[in-house]
Amino acid sequence: MTTNTAGRKILQIENAAMAFDTKQGRYWALRDIDLTIREGEFVTLIGHSGCGKSTLLNLIAGLTLPTAGLLLCDGREIGGPGPERAVVFQNHSLLPWLTCFDNVYLGVERVFGRKEGTPKLKKRTEDALALVGLTHALTKFPNELSGGMKQRVGIARALAMQPKILLMDEPFGALDALTRANLQDELMRIVAETGATTVMVTHDVDEAVLLSDRVVMLTNGPAAVIGEILEVGLPRPRQRLALAHDPVYTECRAAILEFLYHKQLKQAA
Amino acid sequence: MHAITVDDLGSVPPAATRTAPKIPTAVVANIAQAAPPPAAAGAPGQNWLRLRLWMRKVIREMAPVLLGILLLVGFWHLATLKGSSLPGPLKTWEAAEKLFADPFYRNGPNDQGIGWNVLSSLKRVAVGFGIAALVGIPAGFMIGRFKFLAGMLNPLISLLRPVSPLAWLPIGLLVFHKADPAATWTIFICSIWPMILNTAQGVQRIPQDYLNVARVLNLSEWKVFTKILFPAVLPYMLTGIRLSIGTAWLVIVAAEMLTGGVGIGFWVWDEWNNLKVEHIIIAIFVIGIVGLLLEQALILIARRFTHDNA
Repeated sequence: MTTNTAGRKILQIENAAMAFDTKQGRYWALRDIDLTIREGEFVTLIGHSGCGKSTLLNLIAGLTLPTAGLLLCDGREIGGPGPERAVVFQNHSLLPWLTCFDNVYLGVERVFGRKEGTPKLKKRTEDALALVGLTHALTKFPNELSGGMKQRVGIARALAMQPKILLMDEPFGALDALTRANLQDELMRIVAETGATTVMVTHDVDEAVLLSDRVVMLTNGPAAVIGEILEVGLPRPRQRLALAHDPVYTECRAAILEFLYHKQLKQAA
Repeated sequence: MHAITVDDLGSVPPAATRTAPKIPTAVVANIAQAAPPPAAAGAPGQNWLRLRLWMRKVIREMAPVLLGILLLVGFWHLATLKGSSLPGPLKTWEAAEKLFADPFYRNGPNDQGIGWNVLSSLKRVAVGFGIAALVGIPAGFMIGRFKFLAGMLNPLISLLRPVSPLAWLPIGLLVFHKADPAATWTIFICSIWPMILNTAQGVQRIPQDYLNVARVLNLSEWKVFTKILFPAVLPYMLTGIRLSIGTAWLVIVAAEMLTGGVGIGFWVWDEWNNLKVEHIIIAIFVIGIVGLLLEQALILIARRFTHDNA
């Protein structure tokens, strides 16, 4: 792939480390993280549970600040969360007292409210929900929707803010296999349409290969580091069914499995 | 004439056999097949069945309630049978009929209808409770939001909350020099704690996810409050309000007994002095029913504002 040499550097992580203070003393979750992500790339972070992949995503989101090292988004240091790094949370995190429309509108208003009038903001909100195929559910409340639909609203909320980078924390982890496959296909279409730079945390090997340009594999904690980075050299658009027998796909899949279950499992216990 | 055999009858719906016993078998079979679904065919019968089912449901739910009330009245009747000083149910009922025939009469400040007494008690509760809500709910938000304030005020609240509200009455009398504001003050003090504590707990229990959403969207403090904090805390706040009103209604009776004036508590004391015991029993029922209605109304409101977060 050429994606990692062309395009603007949207995200630069330099020598980042994260430690938590616990009763037993300092616990180092991550160390020596160096990673550069360019415009339009789709990168997944994969590793065993508890390895610190969500911690890394939270660092990028700015929800936590690194103990050491530097994170830059589009050349500016990340000092806190902000709408240019929109997050799709694992458990959707929609506000249950707002309709789908209002949930998305909340972010849209914040980002574009100063420059644009209400009709334009509404149009943006409707477009974002149309992008995820939820035009019919504008006035519904989250508890009237299925899990997959809620996650679509979460994606719409994030994309409607036109972030520089889209962060997804195991967005499909809580969904059943069919819904998950469906949403993965949708996500590929949406990313292709919008060209969104995306970082996604997952523990699903197939999901990682199917969606990513690069798969970043983290070693087991404590003090997880980036173990390997795999380039997925599959052309886009990708078709789930065609890929099942593709030798490149199989090879990538095998490489990740090898890393996760051979090189890392012994320490995992 | 009677072409229908016993076997044939068995295969035909009973309604058809009753109305058309003389139709030949073949035709009857046709009717049976072509007959519209029973809902339309036997509409009156169907409605009758539905009514019976509904009646049965109502009876099943109401029977224990009615039995409970009946038992209470029964025991009461038995206990007062042999000329006790306590009036029986019948005597109380007769007194109640007279009392409620004219609940809103006024014969001077110390002799007013039971309606006026209940209303003035409710007014006192409303004022005391209202001021408590104005102070307690914002205080609860502050305590929930700022750890320092929680550390500062929680010990004080723990110290003052178990104190009987009536212990505050003399302080009220001393400060306000009048009975009425002193009673209101007592209501204020007793209804403020549940509101502070429940609101604070609601603020502390806001899911971290919602706050993360607020941080990622970079919402202004005002938006965080109106779109996230307030709706998330509302159900807790309403629980606090419900508990507060319940306590306030408990306390007002005692406070009015001590301060006098117009009010259901004072009225109970007055009727005791007049030795109209049946009126005291009526007052007990009235106080209970008003408290029940207040509670149910607040439960209904709370249900409206509780969001199922699935």
